[in-house]
Amino acid sequence: MDVPLFLIFAAIAVACGVNVVVQRHPITSAISLIGVMGSLAALYLLLGGEFIAAVQVVVYAGAIMVLFVFVIMLLNAGAEGRSGRSWPVRLLGIPFLVLLLGLLSFVVQAYAPKTDRVVFGAFTSGGPRDIGKLLFTEYLLPFELTSVLILIAIAGAVVLARKEID
Amino acid sequence: METVIQHPLFAPLVITAVIIAVFPLLAGYIVLVERKVLADIQVRLGPMRVGPHGILQPIADAVKLLQKEDIIPTEADRALFWLAPVIPAVTALTAFAVLPFSGHVVVTDVNVGLLLIAAMSAVGILGIIIGGWSSNSHYPLLGALRSSAQLVSYEVALSLGLIAGVMSAGSLSMLKIVEAQRERGVWFVFDNYGLMIIPFMVFLIAAIAETNRLPFDLPEAESELVAGFMTEYSGFRWALFFLAEYASIFVIAGAGVTLFWGGWLRPFPSWGWLDIPLNYVFPVALFGVSGLLTLRLAQRLKKYSSARAAFLALVGVGVALVGLVFLIPPVNAAIIGVFWFLTKVGAFIYFMIWIRGTFPRFRYDQLMNIGWKVLIPVAMGGLLLNAIVGMALA
Repeated sequence: MDVPLFLIFAAIAVACGVNVVVQRHPITSAISLIGVMGSLAALYLLLGGEFIAAVQVVVYAGAIMVLFVFVIMLLNAGAEGRSGRSWPVRLLGIPFLVLLLGLLSFVVQAYAPKTDRVVFGAFTSGGPRDIGKLLFTEYLLPFELTSVLILIAIAGAVVLARKEID
Repeated sequence: METVIQHPLFAPLVITAVIIAVFPLLAGYIVLVERKVLADIQVRLGPMRVGPHGILQPIADAVKLLQKEDIIPTEADRALFWLAPVIPAVTALTAFAVLPFSGHVVVTDVNVGLLLIAAMSAVGILGIIIGGWSSNSHYPLLGALRSSAQLVSYEVALSLGLIAGVMSAGSLSMLKIVEAQRERGVWFVFDNYGLMIIPFMVFLIAAIAETNRLPFDLPEAESELVAGFMTEYSGFRWALFFLAEYASIFVIAGAGVTLFWGGWLRPFPSWGWLDIPLNYVFPVALFGVSGLLTLRLAQRLKKYSSARAAFLALVGVGVALVGLVFLIPPVNAAIIGVFWFLTKVGAFIYFMIWIRGTFPRFRYDQLMNIGWKVLIPVAMGGLLLNAIVGMALA
């Protein structure tokens, strides 16, 4: 049951990912991105990472993408026009794409650490308790630094927005 | 047959099928109750035409909605317009998967049940935004903008309210949260010397805002925005939005009941001697008195239409007979959890209707002020206070 589900959601994730690039309207791209996030959450769920799956949906699909779509709507961004393509692009685009993909898969094959086979549902740690403990003991400094960084970003956004109004 | 029943997927699939089959009807009757209660608050009668006292109104409404012409505005983005109502309907119904109707009647118990409900309500917003945007019209767009700002703001307060309950239970699993309340012998809303009432009130206010209901229904404020994001929708697509709205009301009420009101536990779960009066006498009396009152209504209806009176009398007898089912001990043991859960959810939904009937709508800046400057600080203070008191108690 796990393998077909994995294949289905992997296929959806890849299709949505391609769609993000192919679509010409920002809103449809954003919605495809939500599809990617959702199917990634399903993949985490298949591996047994329930907490990570739920957080993926809450943070990415729920909060971040809602803000994305919100901003796209506020800016009222229209569909992109297609520029006429120059002949080097037409000629070399697809060969270079194939080359890049081949190189990428070679690098991943060669340098990725050799691991055992993936077992669905085998990932039993990573619950809220474990993650909370790690965040507040081992990774306390990076965690706090990230929150300071976000605070700086918020303050910066407020300052920039103020200037616009004046 | 035996192997089919023993299969681990059998019970979840049956419960899922029952929820999906029954909920649209239940939503229709929640709407009828809402209209009747609002009518009562405003000293009117409410729907009276379809069936005696309007009890067939939801069915008539559903048939009407299915038959209506399906209009898509010419300038609308057709694909997204088509997709938008599906998203909130799917997410709201998905959230039912973790609602524990009783200790056994639950589709699945995941370790992060409460988080799943929060996630589903967060994703459901997308349907509103996309619906408002794809209509390509002023009012829906304004409604969608308002609703996304409102929902993003109140989600923070809602989560902070929920965290207080999770903190007391020590788990995100819906079943374990209820079990924790059974062990402590008190509903979480009365826990920590009554201090848990603060997170509960925060949760209640944020829940009303999350479900877009009065006094926070600015996304669909009819005096300003016609119907907000739903303005251009008609027929079945509109019905899907409506279904999603009532499903999310049910889910948020269910989450509140599970977290703060002891889920499927009866009141005073640790007092054994209350077993007979609360688990046997109360449901029988509730259904019996409801049946008797219905019979009295039927009596009064007799002089206008005998057919309608007979129908209503039949309903009343049926309701009273349902009460008798609770007298059979094995049946009682099987359904009493579901009875308490649904009774509490009903009380919660009634409370939300009551608030709708008695409070005026907030202005938009007031809404944002309440969300950010009042509700979130209060929620954080309540959380801290409960953490300190809870640690001292433990």
